[in-house]
Amino acid sequence: MSWKLFNLLLEASLMTIFVSSVSILIGLFLAILLSAANLSGIRPLQWFAKFFISFFRGTPLLVQLLLLYNLLPVIGVQIPSLVTAIIGLSICTAAYQAENLRGGFEGVPTGLVESADMAGFTPVQTFFHIRVPIALRLTLPALINEAILILKASSLVSVVGLIELTRMAQNLVASTFMPLEIYASAGLIYLVINLVVATAGRQLERRLPGVGGK
Amino acid sequence: MGFDFNVILSKQDELISGIAMTIFVWVVGTFAAALIGFIIATARRYGGVIVDKALTVPIEVIRGTPFLVQLFLLYFGGPYIGLSLDALPAGLIALSIYGAAYFAEIFRAGYQSVPPGHVEAAECLGFTRVQVIRNILLPEMALLVIPPSVNMAIILLKETALLSLITVPEMTMTASAIGSQEYAFVEAMVLIALVYWVLVELAGVLGRFAEKKLSRYRLAKA
Repeated sequence: MSWKLFNLLLEASLMTIFVSSVSILIGLFLAILLSAANLSGIRPLQWFAKFFISFFRGTPLLVQLLLLYNLLPVIGVQIPSLVTAIIGLSICTAAYQAENLRGGFEGVPTGLVESADMAGFTPVQTFFHIRVPIALRLTLPALINEAILILKASSLVSVVGLIELTRMAQNLVASTFMPLEIYASAGLIYLVINLVVATAGRQLERRLPGVGGK
Repeated sequence: MGFDFNVILSKQDELISGIAMTIFVWVVGTFAAALIGFIIATARRYGGVIVDKALTVPIEVIRGTPFLVQLFLLYFGGPYIGLSLDALPAGLIALSIYGAAYFAEIFRAGYQSVPPGHVEAAECLGFTRVQVIRNILLPEMALLVIPPSVNMAIILLKETALLSLITVPEMTMTASAIGSQEYAFVEAMVLIALVYWVLVELAGVLGRFAEKKLSRYRLAKA
């Protein structure tokens, strides 16, 4: 396999990294909103969050993407496949991240929340200034794990027509008939990206201070 | 525009055969994955340092690459090294290997959770290695291993949807085909999403039930 082909794969992997990182961040934001809904004590909001998390964790991402990709034109929404891919991945990872964050929010020391209340914080302030930062710190390992899962899951957005690493590999296989070399190279690139993310994650965990002596 | 589920439901025979295929590859794939994973974990525990280190590499490679790429590599790349497989066996093999890498880690954690004193006590009583595994290790780690195993089974169920991309006639492929023929793709996808959802919830319920049944094996706090 020539360097030219490998370079094409490398270029396409930038799209994989871009789509994954954007989706992780949007997903994290949505997950925090879902957690807020869960903690709000307002029944309909809690039901919605519960339904959302259960549905998107309970169905295959491939089916979600196919559904989204075909639903949008039917309801009259015309958007590029890049946006479709990001929406699909973000919604799916939001459900998983919300489930991860649940454990983090349970680990927030009640003393800190009570102190904030005593200090005159509104519930919203307590949520964003006390609960969220601590929950995020506590669930950092799960977040890094999720980032790796999404990097791998982003291979599925090839079905909505976005040219990322897997789709590029498919296209190159179709024109060169070298599936072994090309898919193995694509796998290798995914592996290297994931190793980098995992290593960076461990470094970050070591550098950041812990929570309340834990 | 309106959504019409009747055109999809009128093809119920095809749908049901798709659902049956999904359940078949899921159950066979999960059991094969658990079995291979158990064998790997056991080999790593008893096979010495070299076997342990040598098995780390394939496990990390499989855990670090997307299932879709592994599937394509096996199905489309296989014939170039004399491994021509039909879609179904290729899908089953890929699913089993993928799951095995994760199950190997689950069982490794399980083995580590058993207090060494119990194993040593059994060895002193003259238990053979097989007896130690069957009568001490497996029962003691069962409770710890069940929740992540159920989780993995659920992940594998959702991964079976990818087999549609190598033309295994499971429910995602069947529903896509019906959906395209009948111009009711969205309805078809909603319907199978619900079926997956029910299966996932069902697996979760079964897992919690098994956990409850096995709780009599819970280790006393040492």
